[in-house]
Amino acid sequence: MKVHREEFSSLLEDSAEDLYENAPCGYLSTTLDGRIAKVNATLLRWLGYEREQVVGRLRFADLLSVGGKLYHETHFAPLLRMQGEIGGVALEMVAVDGRRLPVLVNSAVKTNGDGEPLLIRTTVFDAHDRRAYEQELLRSRREAERERDEIRRLATTLQRTLLPPVLPAVPGLETATHYHHASPFEVGGDFYDLFPLADGRWGLFLGDVCGKGPGAAAVTSLTRYTLRSAAVYDPDPVAVLTNLNTVLNQEPDTGFCTVVFGVLTVEPGHCTLALAAGGHPPGLLLRADGDTSYVTIPGGQLIGILPDARVTTTTVHLGPGDTFALYTDGLIEARTGGDTRYSEEDLLDFAATLPPTSAAGVVEAFVGLLERLGDGVEDDTAVLAIGVPAR
Amino acid sequence: MVDVDVRTRNNVVVTGNPDGPVVMLAHGFGCDQAMWRLVVPVLEPTCRVVLFDYVGAGRSDLSAWTEQRYSTLDGYTRDVLEICDELDLRDVVFVGHSVSAMVGVLAVAARPAVFAKLVLVTPSPRYLDDGDYRGGFSAADIDELLDSLESNYLGWSAQMAPVIMGNPDRPELGAELTNSFCRTDPEVARVFARTTFLSDNRADLEKVSVPALVLECRHDAIAPPEVGAYVHARIPGSTRVTLDATGHCPQLSAPDQTAAAIARFVTGAP
Repeated sequence: MKVHREEFSSLLEDSAEDLYENAPCGYLSTTLDGRIAKVNATLLRWLGYEREQVVGRLRFADLLSVGGKLYHETHFAPLLRMQGEIGGVALEMVAVDGRRLPVLVNSAVKTNGDGEPLLIRTTVFDAHDRRAYEQELLRSRREAERERDEIRRLATTLQRTLLPPVLPAVPGLETATHYHHASPFEVGGDFYDLFPLADGRWGLFLGDVCGKGPGAAAVTSLTRYTLRSAAVYDPDPVAVLTNLNTVLNQEPDTGFCTVVFGVLTVEPGHCTLALAAGGHPPGLLLRADGDTSYVTIPGGQLIGILPDARVTTTTVHLGPGDTFALYTDGLIEARTGGDTRYSEEDLLDFAATLPPTSAAGVVEAFVGLLERLGDGVEDDTAVLAIGVPAR
Repeated sequence: MVDVDVRTRNNVVVTGNPDGPVVMLAHGFGCDQAMWRLVVPVLEPTCRVVLFDYVGAGRSDLSAWTEQRYSTLDGYTRDVLEICDELDLRDVVFVGHSVSAMVGVLAVAARPAVFAKLVLVTPSPRYLDDGDYRGGFSAADIDELLDSLESNYLGWSAQMAPVIMGNPDRPELGAELTNSFCRTDPEVARVFARTTFLSDNRADLEKVSVPALVLECRHDAIAPPEVGAYVHARIPGSTRVTLDATGHCPQLSAPDQTAAAIARFVTGAP
């Protein structure tokens, strides 16, 4: 035991001087203006300098790369002055033969008993491995950011192709739409359109494909084009939705949607909308006199699940100043705090405050509502409003 | 005229003697108004001192930052002029450190009526060498600085964002972190660095129509004495004072000398 202790203590008596000179890190002491007063053998070896070339001749910043000098003057030195110490700063030192040495630097200001600064002590750690690792991290992050931007761009482009760019102007009718993207990275499954039929009437639809992402985008695209072509063949709303149901059922594993399809007959001062729906939330009717109600199209089943989905119909008449709005369920399922969600009752109360209004007024109010609900809106939301201008 | 709260946006602090001459202290690249903290107490008894952070720096409103506005010195100049308008300042002695010296040059050229005098602390109108002109740096050096910035910001968003965003009403919490002074969003710092080190304002110097003081250090790796001499020669009637100091930030390394030189210039004959 005694022998062991003696061996151990002789190890501990490793001289302070030797520990300083040959420590596994660089040591450096400078005056407050950076002139090197003392440097250890380790750092001299790393940099290939003789002691006489450095002490009293160079400043700490002289040992840094030019970028490092700039960083030292604009960040390192001011922070050291203000804080009295600075740690973990990544810099590059330049060896006498021009080699770059990535290092991590810590500095502290030594003060006398009165707190007057006397000198700056600096330790320098070799950071070759760490720098390589950081560069790898940085490279991965840049790559991830690039991919993120690419996905966002793709989603936005795809989303745009799934919406009609601008609705056509319908003489005698006012229209307005809004599409709220819940996420810039995903393609939502909401869709709408308004288009002329051969006999002077107009077709319109709005719906929501179950799910998100590329699968939903494909079904959305199929749904839109099926609705448009079916309406050319026979614009009767029940026939159009039955056609769509057949097509979606023919595609295995494609999912399903909720949808409203309508045929619009516009006459001077009023219009008539014949609607058919499959499992879609009720439309909102805002009368010029302030009366606000839901137009339920009850009993309709989701389109694309059953071979013979039941489609139900109803008719809406709009007079001057009346507005009719269709929307998808992103809005009425929005979280409003805790477990509560924005309900159909909430929406009706909100809508009742709007008249007298217009199609544009209703859509604008919905946009404001979506902004207030903020992150609570977890799903995409599409809104389509039509109205007969007030006299 | 300006539909934003400029005082909050730029974290404007007014201190000192309300009846004294207005001295506006503008920080440079790398930090914020904290840079002036050793100089302010010397000026306070005699001057009305106006401090601020450029948008993107210090405790300014980061949401007001756009790359478009702050990728030219004109954006920073607009910050200065909007603060002067908001506070209805006249006869301002503008003290600009480093890149802010050039912001001062641009501000004086744009609205000479607002300013009485200009102090350029360790100025450089052009950091890059260009023909016979020696700015001291090459484009590759600036890229190296951007790399240095980036490697010292690794993990910034992860470490800093929760502290800053989680406690917007308790900014002092941020100050408890190591090296937390002058922390800047890496994207903001990158744009400010490029704007600072790639601008060329040599042709603007002759537009300074107010008395100007060039204040430089004997040893400055960023703005060496030759550059100070160039600025002095190009600004008509300017004065040049070389402080016996080292580094690019004499307001920290030699605060008393720096404050005394500014005070003398503020009160002395134009």
